[in-house]
Amino acid sequence: MRHTFAVLVENNPGVLSRVAGLFSRRGFNIESLVVGETEDKTTSRMTIVVEGDEKILEQVSKQLNKQIEVIKVTDIPDDESVNRQLALIRVAADQSTRQEILQITEIFRCRIVDIGRKSLIVEATGDETKIQAIIESLKPFGIQELVRTGKVAMLRGVK
Amino acid sequence: MLSGAEILVKCLEQENVEVVFCYPGGANLELLDALAKSSIRMVLVRHEQGAVHEANGYARASGRVGVCLATSGPGATNMVTGIATASMDSIPIIAITGQVATGMVGTDAFQEVDMTGITDPITKHNYLIKDVKQLARSVKEAFHIAQSGRPGPVLLDIPRDVAMAYSDAVEVSKIHLRGYKPNLTGHTGQIKQVAQLLSEARRPLIIAGGGILLAGCWEELQALAESQEIPVANTFMGLGSISMDHPLALGMMGSYGLAAPNYAVQSCDLILALGTRFVERMTCNVERFAPRAKIVHIDVDPAEIGKNIRADIPLVGDLKIVLNQLLQKLQPRQHPEWLEEIKNLKASPPPGPKISRCLTQIEVLEALAEVLPAEAIVTTDVGQHQMWAGQRLKHRRPRGFISSGGLGTMGYGIPAAVGAQIACPKDLVVVITGDGSFQMGMPELGTAKEQKLPIKVLLLNNSYLGMVKQLQDCYVEGGRHTATPFTDNPEFKHIAKAYDALYLRAETAEEVEPALARFLKHPGMAIMECMVAAEENVYPMVRGPRGLDEMEF
Repeated sequence: MRHTFAVLVENNPGVLSRVAGLFSRRGFNIESLVVGETEDKTTSRMTIVVEGDEKILEQVSKQLNKQIEVIKVTDIPDDESVNRQLALIRVAADQSTRQEILQITEIFRCRIVDIGRKSLIVEATGDETKIQAIIESLKPFGIQELVRTGKVAMLRGVK
Repeated sequence: MLSGAEILVKCLEQENVEVVFCYPGGANLELLDALAKSSIRMVLVRHEQGAVHEANGYARASGRVGVCLATSGPGATNMVTGIATASMDSIPIIAITGQVATGMVGTDAFQEVDMTGITDPITKHNYLIKDVKQLARSVKEAFHIAQSGRPGPVLLDIPRDVAMAYSDAVEVSKIHLRGYKPNLTGHTGQIKQVAQLLSEARRPLIIAGGGILLAGCWEELQALAESQEIPVANTFMGLGSISMDHPLALGMMGSYGLAAPNYAVQSCDLILALGTRFVERMTCNVERFAPRAKIVHIDVDPAEIGKNIRADIPLVGDLKIVLNQLLQKLQPRQHPEWLEEIKNLKASPPPGPKISRCLTQIEVLEALAEVLPAEAIVTTDVGQHQMWAGQRLKHRRPRGFISSGGLGTMGYGIPAAVGAQIACPKDLVVVITGDGSFQMGMPELGTAKEQKLPIKVLLLNNSYLGMVKQLQDCYVEGGRHTATPFTDNPEFKHIAKAYDALYLRAETAEEVEPALARFLKHPGMAIMECMVAAEENVYPMVRGPRGLDEMEF
């Protein structure tokens, strides 16, 4: 089972390594981890996607809470949240394929952010499925380089 | 304005620290010098690991926070085993290390090591203090974290330039840790459910763990057991929370536990697990653990609940508070049939020695149990002697049985006794050790000598690493004893002489009693060496995958 946690932490040096260390030494699997400052400069928010059964997920949450610098751990169920990833994809493109690639990016509402002589960089945002679909659609043209962030997520309809 | 070193000392004084176990080095010169000018007692140790164990023994005997100090690099890494030992047993200590100057941090400077990185998994929290303005706050937080909630070690890593820098931030009255608010009061709904279960149970059992001693609630434990007529099994760490003289006390359970508590666990219908983490040494095969019982798990650390075992009723809170809450909800209750059964279980004594031609550890420890005053403090090392001590002693004094349960650290006994003796200068402190562990903890005899501590070292010498030998007997093909015999041990009587300790020796059962009498009465340090059989193994014993009631005798 895959699960997403939003983890609010003190914005101190060393917090990321404490959290990452916790996952590795307890044998928890991180699928992705994204971290950045929040609206309050003294805190950061991590979005951590974890793979594991219910017992493991409960331990993950409890062990995170045990860390002195972890302020709050929130469950983020997929169906109650907005979640996004970002990908930059460098696709091989020449005169003959450029038009077709542009059409695909339009369908997916992606943006072309750089045009080279033999390639394009496509910027894509969306949830996991959408990013995967874009990658699949661009594959036939030849993906030369791919970089993507992990997931960031926010619960819907709450303050 | 005060220097960082002076601020540290001032903060320690505010926390009522009376002793620091320390070892000097280039990175903690200023800290030591400032300490020397204070009223705090400085105990110079012989090895930094000893300093941490001493702080640990001090904390466990006194119920206060133990403090130790070392330099950077090797001084700091020598502390690591001690910190891990304290972490596994939830002992509140503050370990302070000097560090290279902030400008040098990260350059692989002489005697630099990333101490906060190294100790992250084995501390409750740690601090690298990069700014003298943060020092007072960090020390205050460290003491708060170490002794509140589930206690544990906290490390303060202080770069030399921070110790030398001046600041007017010398005092902090209040701290606010928004990510750390231990839940101390039990949930009322859950307490009601526990009371309900207790009223329905016909065969209830308390498992009292180390949490009882940490929370200081052995009186509440006894009150609960007596008012509800519930027998009490102890985990190894919980020994001392109820005296073995008490009719409801069953003694030590677990893979080397006694038969009575192990059978009681397997046949009870309700377990009240108090301050225990259900380690596999205690449960044995967890799938077969307490098959008929509902489990109420009470602990101040929510992460322990549900970690190793299913809990039918989880209850988070400080044990002292929770037990008082619970006691208010209960009417006195009797379980005559169950107690009769328990009485019969207790009636069969633990297995005696299997060989008769030489002296055995069991004979020595049973003789010690007979003559040891109730208020004596016992520390142990790790191995067979430790398990036999857990099984056979009377454990009459709460916080009087001090042993490395979680990490199982050899070399713990002597320094822990040094710390305990400093915490309780008037009390008898006895170390039970083996010839293997003794040689790991031996350097701290130097500390004991210099501090004129009258610790009593009972050395059970079988010229073997007996517990590993026992494992080889059980699990190694052909029972080969690889690296476990000591074929040419030193003459321990000369070691006793070197440290000005009275040396006594027993080679036969008849010699034990008179030697013990002299040993315990001696006003100074004493070492009593007993030449014991190597063949003897610890029973009852539960092998790896078996259930708690599948003991070998």
